[in-house]
Amino acid sequence: MSAETLLLTALLLPLVGAAGIIIARRTPNVREGVTLLTASLIAILVVIIANRFMSGEAFALTLIEPLPGIAIAFEIEALGMLFALVAGLLWVVTSIYAIGYMRSHNEPNQTRFFAAFAVSIAATMGIAFSANLFTLFLFYELLTLATYPLVTHTGTPEAKRGGRVYLGILLGTSIGLFLLGILVTWSLTGSVDFQAGGILAGHMDPAWAGLLYALFLFGIGKAAVMPFHRWLPAAMVAPTPVSALLHAVAVVKAGVFTLLKVTIYIFGSDFILSNDVTGGLIWVAAATILIASMIAMTKDNLKARLAYSTVSQLSYIVLGAMLASKAGLIGASMHIAMHAFAKITLFFAAGSIYVASHKKLVSELNGLGRAMPITFAAFFVGTLSIIGLPPFGGMWSKWYLGLGAAETTQLLLLAVLMISSLLNIIYLLPIPIRAFFSKPESGEHYTEMAEAPKPILLAMVVTSTACVILFFYPDPFYQLASLAAGGS
Amino acid sequence: MGNNISLLLVVIPLIAAPVVAVLPRGRLPWAVALLITSLCAVLAGMQLWMVLNDGMISYELGGWAPPWGIEYRIDAVNAFVALIVAGIAAVTLPYALLSVEQEIPEDKVPLFYSAMLLCLTGLLGITQTGDIFNVFVFLEISSLSSYALISLGRERQALTSAYQYLIMGTIGATFFLIGVGLVYSQTGTLNMQDVATILPGVVHLKTVDTGFAFIMIGIALKLALFPLHLWLPNAYTYAPSVVTAFLAATATKVAVYVMLRILFTVFPHSFALATPAEELFIIAGIASIIIASTYAIYQVDIKRLLAYSSVAQIGYMALGIGFASATGVTAALIHLFNHALMKGALFMAVGAIIYRVGACRMDQIHGLGRAMPWTFGAIVLGGLSLIGVPGTAGFISKWYLMAAALEQSAWISVAVILFGSLLAVVYMGKLIEALYFKPVTDSGKEVTEAPMLLLAPTWVLVFANIYFGLDTELTVGVAETAAATLGVVKP
Repeated sequence: MSAETLLLTALLLPLVGAAGIIIARRTPNVREGVTLLTASLIAILVVIIANRFMSGEAFALTLIEPLPGIAIAFEIEALGMLFALVAGLLWVVTSIYAIGYMRSHNEPNQTRFFAAFAVSIAATMGIAFSANLFTLFLFYELLTLATYPLVTHTGTPEAKRGGRVYLGILLGTSIGLFLLGILVTWSLTGSVDFQAGGILAGHMDPAWAGLLYALFLFGIGKAAVMPFHRWLPAAMVAPTPVSALLHAVAVVKAGVFTLLKVTIYIFGSDFILSNDVTGGLIWVAAATILIASMIAMTKDNLKARLAYSTVSQLSYIVLGAMLASKAGLIGASMHIAMHAFAKITLFFAAGSIYVASHKKLVSELNGLGRAMPITFAAFFVGTLSIIGLPPFGGMWSKWYLGLGAAETTQLLLLAVLMISSLLNIIYLLPIPIRAFFSKPESGEHYTEMAEAPKPILLAMVVTSTACVILFFYPDPFYQLASLAAGGS
Repeated sequence: MGNNISLLLVVIPLIAAPVVAVLPRGRLPWAVALLITSLCAVLAGMQLWMVLNDGMISYELGGWAPPWGIEYRIDAVNAFVALIVAGIAAVTLPYALLSVEQEIPEDKVPLFYSAMLLCLTGLLGITQTGDIFNVFVFLEISSLSSYALISLGRERQALTSAYQYLIMGTIGATFFLIGVGLVYSQTGTLNMQDVATILPGVVHLKTVDTGFAFIMIGIALKLALFPLHLWLPNAYTYAPSVVTAFLAATATKVAVYVMLRILFTVFPHSFALATPAEELFIIAGIASIIIASTYAIYQVDIKRLLAYSSVAQIGYMALGIGFASATGVTAALIHLFNHALMKGALFMAVGAIIYRVGACRMDQIHGLGRAMPWTFGAIVLGGLSLIGVPGTAGFISKWYLMAAALEQSAWISVAVILFGSLLAVVYMGKLIEALYFKPVTDSGKEVTEAPMLLLAPTWVLVFANIYFGLDTELTVGVAETAAATLGVVKP
């Protein structure tokens, strides 16, 4: 297939899948078959595209041009490839998991669920491959809207409240600040295209660049930088597969990905470094890392704790982007992938615990490891990878982020990263330890295995194994990350 | 036939109106009205095409040469607005059949279509004519027929709303007439072009100032520009569904057109700039965006909610006019077109709900989204366009408006435009939540999807919302030409 066709297929296939899911709504087995087939094809497709991209092929496509100079256009570059690879590969795994989860829960409205899920993936692909800010913004908003029915899936008052916060913050920041940032960029440069080296240099007074960067930093609400992080914990009312893929990978990574794109291709790292654009703002990310970790410690609800952990980890990427040095950008880009695999494992495990034992609170987990060894083993692996210990993939991204922080003379930034790693240990590690070593609550006995359904276990094993593999073989992601950061 | 089209657009519906009134009951009046409006839409399309290709069209009524006779003078601006009016009429008429059969007593149906055609005559007449007194005549034709149309609403409040509109509308028209009279007293002519050439010599006179002020206030009343909007929410709420959809998409738009004409063609541009008109437009625009949007959030009746939203949207157009730059006027014209599309679609979708449920209060529509998925889909997409989500027509309007504001570093306006979008998120979100998430109120009867004849025209407009969000050649292209025709020069 030609490059253009491949690119278009990757964008349209999930939509076709969504249509197929709706058509097959009366026969759940066929419907789930459509989901799995579409997801597998997408996974194969992104791998093919990645291979051809790495061998130097160019992918570009312009659909239409609604306004002069502002087109709906797609172009693959290293960072987008990395993001698409992560989202595309993890969708298959999540689909398997979701089928097991939704069925063993007898959830209603499963057709709507799977269809909205597929549309969300289409939006994610659109974000990953977009060639300019306008296209990116289009799919960014589509992703918000497509995930809304997933967040409010259960229809309970709590879900509706969560949905309102979700939509309010994401649409509010994107329309109020992000769009303004795009417009200002356009009015300054007459372009919104992503270009290597950035487009702003020479078009604006560097004194104002920090303010423009702040518009993007806070306007891209999906990056969950404080104080606009509230939507992420609110989104946890969604069924766990949604939290796992969308609110640990696709949606939040779309946020930090957008910020990285803006940093590298709109501002340009040279422009940022030579004018110290992000000097003050970087502390917002640092503060988010620490504060979110501390809030995570106080949360007893497992998914809430993981959500705040995500907020904290996202700001690692934001911080890496704002360092704008080569090591910082490599670390940030790699963290998109590494954190994705680790965090999705943790969410899978949380869902598994909920399906098998209906427990939501950390304090209820004592001794449960004896009944669910596979689940907690996977959780343990995910935890270690998040903390950044070898032999798990999470180590590499933290290594480069640390390197980037050390290169600046701001030793305080390095300290923030170190302290945060310690905090990770404090709020994540006790969970598997409790499960394996503490005595069960009185009245409960865990004598035999009571694991979650097989699809769920399979998904967890795959992602936790991936965490290990990524330690020994981070190469594809490293290459893409260093390409994006401007190296060879 | 060339320049005859400009006259035909007015004469055809004018002659058809009394014919329709005497037709027998049944579906014949509707069929004739449908034929006439479709014909008008085609003619308006041809007229725009001709103007874009060959430039301005001038038609002398009765062969009397201007400035003594009445001249119809068509350039890109009024050809564009005429197309909007005729196009929306052609889309609403298929929709009218079922809705009107249900909402309006059978013996009044022929009269209803007759009034509808008269209203179309008036609105098209305003766009076609190059004579400032003639504008007043057509304004009255369209207004009088719309008072009648509104009073046919299914609730008794329709009568008082129509009366309220009548009073306010008459004051507006009178102010306009007084203004025209004062201008005439100093220039001795009514032809817009002629006035425009004579006025620069007499602009120092206080009479001209006064005339200008009277005209502005008069049109602002018809335009429902804040704070002169008080008639609009009632009129839109209690009018029959079709009438609301039609008037919301056309009547205020035509008033915006008259405003642009007076500001940029009839009066010298420097004259308007010397008065505080521009600043007042911006202030009124800002106030209406914020205040009317906030009102919309607290409405219980959906039609009233959308009506307040219309007042807010008029505020956006006022902002565009107030910027007085080429981009600003372009933005106002684009929004004029796009807002016709979104409000048309939304009011028609709400009309479909009324057709099925007989009501449109927030607490009576709970959970209807699931029973009427296509109607619900239309409301969601129309709402997204209203908010200005990229990929919809609304985004294009907002983009140009913001660009115009940024051009002049009008940061307050920028903030207000964005804030207005957020308020739209809130009120549309409230509506969508009620339609989809609230449990169905048990009224004992099963609600089904609206009939095809209501859905199809609604979805034509919904698709137009998306189409014109992606392909802006017509809207932006024509609006830019139109702004250039008006001779807007950046101050």
